[in-house]
Amino acid sequence: MNITALKSLIDALSAPTISFTILTVIFPFIFPPSDWFEKIHRKSGLWRIWTKLGGVIGMILITAFFVIGYFDPYFNKTLTKADNFPIVLMIYSMWFYIWLGMFKAYRNDIRLDQGLKPNEYNDPDDKVLVWPDLVYIEFIALILFQVFLIVWSIIVAAPIEEPANPAATPNPSKAPWYFLGLQEMLVYYDPWIAGVLLPTFIIVGLMAIPYVDINKKGDGYYSFRERRVGMFIFMYGWVVLWLFLIIIGTFFRGPNWNFFGPFEYWDIHKVEALTNVNLSEILWVKWFNQGLPSNILIREGLGFVITGLYLFVLPVVLAKTYLKDMYAAYGPTRFVTIMMLGLVMLALPIKMYLRWVFNLQYIIAIPEWFFNI
Amino acid sequence: MSEPKDNTAPRAAVGAVSKGRKTTMERRSFFSWLAVGWIGFIGVTGGFFTIILRYLYPNVLFEPPQSFKIGFPDKFAPNSVDISYKKDFNAWIVRDDESIFALSTVCTHLGCTPNWLATDNKFKCPCHGSGFRMTGIHFEGPAPRPLERFKIGVADDGQILVDKTKSYKWEKGEWENKDSFLKV
Repeated sequence: MNITALKSLIDALSAPTISFTILTVIFPFIFPPSDWFEKIHRKSGLWRIWTKLGGVIGMILITAFFVIGYFDPYFNKTLTKADNFPIVLMIYSMWFYIWLGMFKAYRNDIRLDQGLKPNEYNDPDDKVLVWPDLVYIEFIALILFQVFLIVWSIIVAAPIEEPANPAATPNPSKAPWYFLGLQEMLVYYDPWIAGVLLPTFIIVGLMAIPYVDINKKGDGYYSFRERRVGMFIFMYGWVVLWLFLIIIGTFFRGPNWNFFGPFEYWDIHKVEALTNVNLSEILWVKWFNQGLPSNILIREGLGFVITGLYLFVLPVVLAKTYLKDMYAAYGPTRFVTIMMLGLVMLALPIKMYLRWVFNLQYIIAIPEWFFNI
Repeated sequence: MSEPKDNTAPRAAVGAVSKGRKTTMERRSFFSWLAVGWIGFIGVTGGFFTIILRYLYPNVLFEPPQSFKIGFPDKFAPNSVDISYKKDFNAWIVRDDESIFALSTVCTHLGCTPNWLATDNKFKCPCHGSGFRMTGIHFEGPAPRPLERFKIGVADDGQILVDKTKSYKWEKGEWENKDSFLKV
């Protein structure tokens, strides 16, 4: 396969509809949350990702992608933009730390299988003192990082653009790299949800983890299998719904906020025929073949019913059926908290797919009250 | 400042000094002095903050006027968007088959400034991809409502007058209002 074919293959795969789907589908096989996934994870050899060889291959693949990209006329522009350098660093460090954690966790899982204590318990000789050992390491790290920042700031000029002009918005207008995940969420949700509610849920949810996670295992040592469901949920939310959205926003979004493959020319006139419709329009105009009712609550009735079922009925049903054991173990308060946080998190990919597949704009659309879900 | 060694002497001395200067204050007069002090304090800080607040408002405002004349109706070709007022007045002047109207250049999603793409016949926002038709109606991306229209009318001299202090929202049915467009 020659390099052009490879590039167009990557372009085609990187379309978020495809790449997001692939990532979502293979994710439970990489971080298996149940025995069934675990079996396939073992059989297919995916566990090798978390060995030393897997780590090195991951690094090589990332580097190969960037090297090919560097010599591509179009990807070069995005890649060498000064704003995007932190994301290159982020991709490397993200891969390294996830791999390191999983590598140690898998090593411990094997030890625990053999009835041994986790690795971390076994080497009291390795114990170091805070002073001087740790503080010295921190001090050296601090100096090295300062050197790195100074060199970086000398070599790369700050990406300052021309004076702001309200008549000429940069196209595309990208947020700082750490906010690009947020900007992606804003494509699918109303500002007050994607910009206020979801970030609040993320922060509150992260703070709530120690209180809602009652699994005592894995305390003080790395382990995957003892807390695989929690790990899976967290990793999906963090890697796919945050980091991957940052990568999409950086590399796959071009003029007019259209999707572009990394090796694709940023054509400002690329047309993506989209005509969004609200759920109320589908219901009344398409199915009932009549105009929208003038009463707002009747107009958006179906949206309210669906949202209510999703957020308030679904947890009750799950507590009585599929998650009965979890409900008994966690108690009502913890269960409801986990459900709310989890369902709101899951609402993001659901809304993304509704937009991609049905061009659905809002489930509840009340622009009169600035209330759109 | 040293501690007196003799217990009796200083006590007598303090009493003598305070009596001699007659500085003992009645309770009532203490409170009236307190009130005077507080009023003075409030007056001074109030004045101080008033000056600071005044400082926040510029003496001269280099800002285009809120209402402006844009020329005679025949200046605008049918089915065209005039983007020349975008920079100074944040408005697009649109003429469709039957009317002229002034659209706000603020995206109704998160407030970026969309671009008019003549070849695609749409306004497209570079921030989150919201798209609006020439009429200002939203049709793609996350924008939940159409662009707002400004008040438009004819001045005494026959020129079109756009008044940005009043805007009309489609979702409130305000585009029916006669001031929101100009029949041609």
